[in-house]
Amino acid sequence: MATKNPTTIVAEPGKQETFITREFEAPRELVFKAFTDPKLVSKWLGPRDLKMKIDKYETKNGGNYRYIHADGQGNEYSFRGVFHEVKAPERYIQTFEFEGLPESGHVCLETVTFEALPGDRTKLTYHTVFQSVADRDAMMQSGMENGVLQSHERLDELFEQELVK
Amino acid sequence: MRRDVFQAIADPTRREIINLVAYKALNLNAIAENFDVSRPAISQHIKILTECGLIVIRKQGRERYCEARLQPLSAVSAWVEQYRKLWAERFELIDDLLIEMQKKGRKKGGRK
Repeated sequence: MATKNPTTIVAEPGKQETFITREFEAPRELVFKAFTDPKLVSKWLGPRDLKMKIDKYETKNGGNYRYIHADGQGNEYSFRGVFHEVKAPERYIQTFEFEGLPESGHVCLETVTFEALPGDRTKLTYHTVFQSVADRDAMMQSGMENGVLQSHERLDELFEQELVK
Repeated sequence: MRRDVFQAIADPTRREIINLVAYKALNLNAIAENFDVSRPAISQHIKILTECGLIVIRKQGRERYCEARLQPLSAVSAWVEQYRKLWAERFELIDDLLIEMQKKGRKKGGRK
């Protein structure tokens, strides 16, 4: 079964936040686990053509996390933050920073909420607050470059899988 | 400083100016009447909007009219759409993962 629930993004011009919402066809405990268990996170968070290495991933109040995306050419992109609050299975709050920026300190605050829906379904809300509008726009633009490259590959694979079925 | 559509719409006064002239070309005075801020400040916003390509100044006699050029705004929606796709793909991977986890959960003695 290939479920494709819609992903919605609210990013109003001139604001320094984004809201991403999505529903999943699984109970909240499971969705929460997919988002917080490092073994599972490594299966979806990394861009496909990059290797994802998890340096640490302490999913608990005050725990640190740091992970690295590495390409074959020795380029590494690392990200880190702190779990401010982990309240299974309903919510976690973390900081997030890309270590590859020319100056450090561009940190955002992410609140990830899991709402149980009838029928063992779950609604995710991923709220990110950036320090400035410019920070938000830069982050979204970098996502765009990544996204364009990979979406085509992944779509191709998806279509292949669908055809085989 | 950045001069693109994102810079143009980052400021609420500039968004308001775009809204005003989108319907009707207006001169500086007519635009400034709608705001409490000083005329030089409005003038500066209009300058930024012209540099960002969202407004062109058309001379008509002695008057200079601001006309909207809204096409660049479509870049904003395309850009949000790409970011959305990036997340949509991650979520599709999570969908697969959840299916796998549920299968494992159903098997007795399956790995937790």
